Amino acid sequence: MLVHLRRAVILTIIFFALCGLAYGYAATGLSHVLFRHQADGSITANGSTLIGQSWSGPGWFQGRPDSNTPMASGAANLGPRSQALEQAAAKQVDALKKQGIQPTPGLVTTSGSGLDPDISPTDAYAQVDAVAGARHLAAPQVHQLVASHVHIAELGFLGSDYVNVLELNQALAQVR
Amino acid sequence: MGFFWTIVVMVVLLGLAWRYLGSYMVSVYEGRMSWLGWVERPIYRALRVDPEAEQSWQRYTGALIIFSGVAILATYLIIRLQGHLPLNPQHQNAVPAGLSFNTAVSFVTNTNWQNYLGESTMSYFSQMAALTVQQFVSAAVGIAVAIALIRGFSRKGSPTIGNFWVDLTRGVLYILIPIAFIAGLVFVGQGAVQTLAGPANVHNALTSANQSIPRGPVGFMESIKQLGTNGGGFFNANGAHPFENPTGVTTLLSFVLLLSIPFALTYTFGKMVGRVRQGVAVLAAMVLIFGVWVGFSSYAEHQSNPAVAAAGVVHQPTGNMEGKETRIGDTTSALYNIASTQTSTGSVSASNDSFTPIGGFGLLSGMMLGEISPGGTGSGLYTILLFALVTVFLGGLMIGRTPEYLGKKIQAREVKLAALGVLVMPVTVLTLAAVGVTTSAGRAGPLNAGPHGFSEILYAFTSQGNNNGSAFAGLTGNTTFYNVAGAVAMLLGRFAIMIPALALAGVLAAKQVVPASAGTFKTDTPLFTGLLVGVILIVGGLTFFPAVSLGPIVEQLSHGKLF
Repeated sequence: MLVHLRRAVILTIIFFALCGLAYGYAATGLSHVLFRHQADGSITANGSTLIGQSWSGPGWFQGRPDSNTPMASGAANLGPRSQALEQAAAKQVDALKKQGIQPTPGLVTTSGSGLDPDISPTDAYAQVDAVAGARHLAAPQVHQLVASHVHIAELGFLGSDYVNVLELNQALAQVR
Repeated sequence: MGFFWTIVVMVVLLGLAWRYLGSYMVSVYEGRMSWLGWVERPIYRALRVDPEAEQSWQRYTGALIIFSGVAILATYLIIRLQGHLPLNPQHQNAVPAGLSFNTAVSFVTNTNWQNYLGESTMSYFSQMAALTVQQFVSAAVGIAVAIALIRGFSRKGSPTIGNFWVDLTRGVLYILIPIAFIAGLVFVGQGAVQTLAGPANVHNALTSANQSIPRGPVGFMESIKQLGTNGGGFFNANGAHPFENPTGVTTLLSFVLLLSIPFALTYTFGKMVGRVRQGVAVLAAMVLIFGVWVGFSSYAEHQSNPAVAAAGVVHQPTGNMEGKETRIGDTTSALYNIASTQTSTGSVSASNDSFTPIGGFGLLSGMMLGEISPGGTGSGLYTILLFALVTVFLGGLMIGRTPEYLGKKIQAREVKLAALGVLVMPVTVLTLAAVGVTTSAGRAGPLNAGPHGFSEILYAFTSQGNNNGSAFAGLTGNTTFYNVAGAVAMLLGRFAIMIPALALAGVLAAKQVVPASAGTFKTDTPLFTGLLVGVILIVGGLTFFPAVSLGPIVEQLSHGKLF
């Protein structure tokens, strides 16, 4: 048994050095050589394209009604027959209708991470009239802007089509 | 259509993994791989282990238990002392004692149940040097037990089943580190963060809002999290977090990684016992159950969410999107979460708690069948082999003959050990769930009301008792009751199945092989696969049906009533 114990302690230390420190430092070093932008969090001028933000105010495309608190990610975890979920969704439906936006599933439900940076193309098109109105732009022009920002799912089938809200709003800010 | 092509690509990639990773693992555990000998040999010298010297099952088990004990202690100490250790840019304090104990047990048992919030509890050092290390090691321990059991079947008259130290070292060096490293690069290339710099502070000039974004060594933890069927994420949101699972490519890579070793081990098994067809029969049982569960769960998640419909959004063409990420979508999220619950990985790309009742039933029941379709790295194979022994025993009773499996007579002692291994999990889960719903400490946990709240408690113990680690995350688990009860479930779910499996390995290795005769019940036929699936479904179904009917089934049948 003492032989086992001595070996267990030594092997634990070896794996600590190998799978913990050596693996972690080699990984971080190589990532920074090959993929510096991604390894640092895909950060652009106005935030990370991978982390959702709240876009309040009428002139912006809004994301999903997530908490958007990056330091505490996580879903709302409400079940499909939860009264709390119905109330939250109903509140969101009202808020959207007041802004002249037809509610879509993506815009009334929260995401799994609480930080979804994307909306579906349907969610984006639903907001075109409201955004165009607030900015005094022609709706077809804004529609065209959305269309040019739809990311087709990778290879055409991996995951779903999506629109990155930060990219779309950054492009919107350039429109005059 | 997208979902169809995802399945096609997944099947092709897994087919390649089954054949080539499977035979690579044979070479590794038979000691024919030596390209990392320059790392491997110094380790044996430091341990003073002769790689050729083998152990009896008792010594093998003793080494495994003591090693796991040391690992729990080391993990516990690192996360307790993280405030005094380096790589802590966010100045995280010591993790509380109860939570540290639960977490240490969780990672050493390959459960990776998370009662903590990753980004706001753990330092980078704890994530790298405590949790990631155990993600490698606990996975390799699981494979070692499976390999030892395979040796039990393939050897005759042997007093030994291999050397634990050698099997463990080889698994980590030759299988887990190389694959995890390459896959980690893909994760980072796609957008997973990998940095030791602290959080990023960004200012949005368009809205004049500020955001503090947590970062860390994530991408390469992600790859071993999936490959080792661990499931413990860097962030609380796990695989739903865009920094862990940024694109469709990483989603596909995730479920290919987490399914590849458990499926490939059936090839390793077939090859090592001398007939690949024997492995195919077991594989077929795994695939059958997996396929059916993916089918109905994906279908269920493509349905509307009743609470959202009640709020006025009746038309939901994208399925149940509550708790799901836009870039992943409804059916792919269901595929991911089914794959991770049926492999005892437990990582999630969407909120399990917000799945439809049938989708949630798919997650829960997949675990209740004993994590065999295909189960965790190693644990899936050794558990389904226990079921296979029960199956030949029942088959033997039907035709009135002493049962055999792979030429080994299955007698009273073997059947007792197999039955013990099969029954530990249901007894643990049901007992603890009963304690959970009858004590006030247990009832304080659930977030949701009604049957869904019961499901949250049942799910927690099912997940921990099966070393899965996924959660119906509404449960508030970081309490003394859930930390201690959960740790008990995880320890029993791991070691009370491993020990009978290793004992079987020893007993079987010592036996002689009986030549096959006309009366031998063939175990490489569709008939055997069908019986095996039947036994798994009957054992799981009969033990858990009453409990499940109080949770998801009531919820599904509640005719639009909201709780």
